[in-house]
Amino acid sequence: MDKQEFIQIEHNSLLEKVYNFSQDGYRLVQIHCTLLDTGFELNYSFDKDNKFVNLRIIIDKDQEILSISNIYWSAFLYENEISNLFGVKIKNIVIDFNGALYQNSKKAPFAEPKPASEKKE
Amino acid sequence: MRKSLVFTFTKTIGRNFFKKPATLMYPFKKREFYPATRGRIFNSIEQCIFCGLCSRKCPTNAITVTKESREFYLRSLQCIVCGSCVEACPKKCLIMENQYSSFVVKNTEGVYHYKQDESKAAEQA
Amino acid sequence: MTKKNIIPFGPQHPVLPEPIHLDLVTEDEKVIEAVPSIGFIHRGLEKLVDIKDFQDFVHIAERVCGICSYMHGMSYCQTIEQIMNIQVPERGLWLRTIWSEFSRIHSHLLWLGLAADAMGFESLFMHTWRLREYILDIIEMTTGGRVIFGASKVGGTRMDINSETLSYIIKRLKEIEPEFKEATSVFINDYSIQHRLRGVGVLSKKEVYELGAVGPVAKASGLSSDARKYGYAMYSKIDFEPIVEEDGDCFARCSIRVKEIFQSIDIIRQCASQICDGEVSVNVKGFPTGELFTRVEQPRGEVIYYVRANGTKFLERFRVRTPTFANIPPMVKALQGCQIADVPNIVLTIDPCISCTER
Repeated sequence: MDKQEFIQIEHNSLLEKVYNFSQDGYRLVQIHCTLLDTGFELNYSFDKDNKFVNLRIIIDKDQEILSISNIYWSAFLYENEISNLFGVKIKNIVIDFNGALYQNSKKAPFAEPKPASEKKE
Repeated sequence: MRKSLVFTFTKTIGRNFFKKPATLMYPFKKREFYPATRGRIFNSIEQCIFCGLCSRKCPTNAITVTKESREFYLRSLQCIVCGSCVEACPKKCLIMENQYSSFVVKNTEGVYHYKQDESKAAEQA
Repeated sequence: MTKKNIIPFGPQHPVLPEPIHLDLVTEDEKVIEAVPSIGFIHRGLEKLVDIKDFQDFVHIAERVCGICSYMHGMSYCQTIEQIMNIQVPERGLWLRTIWSEFSRIHSHLLWLGLAADAMGFESLFMHTWRLREYILDIIEMTTGGRVIFGASKVGGTRMDINSETLSYIIKRLKEIEPEFKEATSVFINDYSIQHRLRGVGVLSKKEVYELGAVGPVAKASGLSSDARKYGYAMYSKIDFEPIVEEDGDCFARCSIRVKEIFQSIDIIRQCASQICDGEVSVNVKGFPTGELFTRVEQPRGEVIYYVRANGTKFLERFRVRTPTFANIPPMVKALQGCQIADVPNIVLTIDPCISCTER
């Protein structure tokens, strides 16, 4: 892939930006979450004619964010996955599984930090 | 293009009556594997120098090498037959065989144990 | 006023090779809404980067999916190579192209068999799987594995195909192509298959674009989305056009896959005629730093790989967006308004691969 843009935005301007993308005819490629030391980083990737753009927001551990599934309907699966695996609170998902998309025994398994011994290397 | 919409499969079915079966009659006729087939790992223990490179390269930790007692363990149930150990072996004594490992009935089984003779060890030293 | 019923579909259902559950809200025989739920086989492979070396992780990436296994391993290696600026030798890239096309043929034949089985065409199912065995034999002959190839590593490929084997493959493909034609023409021409698939589960071009569909689902509705056109591996030197159909129904999705089999055979021939000599891999030194997205066209569509590395031997984050994950929302949309008897066909025509969806 040639160009990859990363745009860092504030979490409260997310819906506005995403709405602009949907009006410009971008398609939603994926949403993913990364565990940081103090919170989470969410990446929303959009694509239009091989132009790949990422919206990036950084939130605190217990901050609630709004769902974009009212704009991009297909976002509901990604958002449910994130709220299941990382325990991120996402409001207003179109089809909300309440953090039970995957049937795992542990709550928010991906939100656990790396094992300490490996981190040193 | 659409010559016959019905009975498109009749020709194939008709031919099947006269053809040999596509499957092998297993217990009587065994499948022949290709030379490249990754089946199982074999260690010709006489040449082994117990350097432990294979156990360090193994992604699943299926190999244990003990230099003191000159032993080599391969837990075949853990092994994914990736061939990393065969590539890493400096003496080329690890060999990829194209036959699969034999079946086991318990998860504690399936461990291949090789031990080098003491006399050989003295010879090498 | 008809009564609404909720009919559970799956996770265990005769047509489903893998577990997915759907709650179908029905009115008489008509499905008005479908609520998908996945999550029966979540393995948490993405989290394993914390404890696995980035070079060993290729083996795990190959096990993300059981059918497009090679493509996953290859995409992972490709991502790491790009992030570390490793130039893979040309021959290695040609081999990757050849193997990924074999992987595509085998995946499509597998799917065609499953589709025939879902339609109740038992003997066609057996024939497509018999043909798939030819491809698996070629794969085993060249890489040593039947489904998990184990042929990719960071920096190139782990084995080489010598020239005799390569010419044998081309000869063999020529021999088996008529058999492929015979079996797959049934999918295109048979009356009962057309009756079962035509006009079922229609998705318009606008819908598939908005719902983010990829691969054959998008192509069947007229959206030409093919990540191979972005020219990873050696696809930039190969002459091919993504196959596109306009109808957007189950039949179009089926015929896309039939045509892609022959396109893949053609691509393999082109590769074999253009392949150059040389090394197949380079040594990898150092650790990756930075972050990168890559996309690769798998049999089911475009896969997104994301890697973030911090200069140690363990990656910080690894993420796969598999094609089925993107194709589930279009499937749910296609189910709305269909007949309950068509549900198995619609679910199957997106080629659901649930294990790689949940990872």
